[in-house]
Amino acid sequence: MYDLLLLLVLLALGYGFGQYAERRHYRSIVEREARLNALPAIASRYPPAEPHYQHALVTGSTVVSVDYFKRFLAALRNLFGGRVTSYESLLDRARRESLLRMKQQARTLGAVMVFNVKYETASISKGAGKTIGSVEVLAYGTALIPTPSR
Amino acid sequence: MLISNMELLPGRRVVEHLGLVQGSSVRAKHVGRDIMAGLKNIFGGELKGYTELLQESREEAMLRMQQQAEAVGANAILNVRFSTSSVAQGAAEIYVYGTAVVLE
Repeated sequence: MYDLLLLLVLLALGYGFGQYAERRHYRSIVEREARLNALPAIASRYPPAEPHYQHALVTGSTVVSVDYFKRFLAALRNLFGGRVTSYESLLDRARRESLLRMKQQARTLGAVMVFNVKYETASISKGAGKTIGSVEVLAYGTALIPTPSR
Repeated sequence: MLISNMELLPGRRVVEHLGLVQGSSVRAKHVGRDIMAGLKNIFGGELKGYTELLQESREEAMLRMQQQAEAVGANAILNVRFSTSSVAQGAAEIYVYGTAVVLE
């Protein structure tokens, strides 16, 4: 009986706080994406030769965790199969946040572009019930910083 | 020391190729952070402690790679790649590797 009650409380807490946190995070992501839109991040391997640029490695990383309610949903999904939307949004948030942090770092260096962007995803800790508890996403690339014309 | 994940840099010629250099760092979180992370597993959201921890160990791994490159006499590391793996419960390994070169 107590177990069931605890489960319900955890689910409710997870749902409430999780939804709130996710909505707030998405709002912040969208706002910052608009602000950093002028600084493109490109996956191309060959940077422009002209004008002359300085190069610097920039990185951005995020560790995010899924809430209890979503983990529960994902566990149910495991029974029926299909898209696990609760994890999709988790990874989407982590990727976009990492890219934003990388761009922010590039901007503080005075870069105009980030080239050769790569993503790296790792599951950091195994959460309860052997599901992905939290993921780390790292985004890295080479920032092109224009040098004063010679 | 120039560190970049690009394979070649326009306008810069690679004079000498010195092979692979690498750096790694394994870090564990202290108990306080683990407890906080446990709570976050219920509420969801970013684990700031872990983000910082991984950032620190990444910097350390990069420093080690840089030291190795300096030891072989390189002035740049190109084609840098990162890799993360969780080796055990509560510990993560960060591995950085790249090609040490001499640019003109």
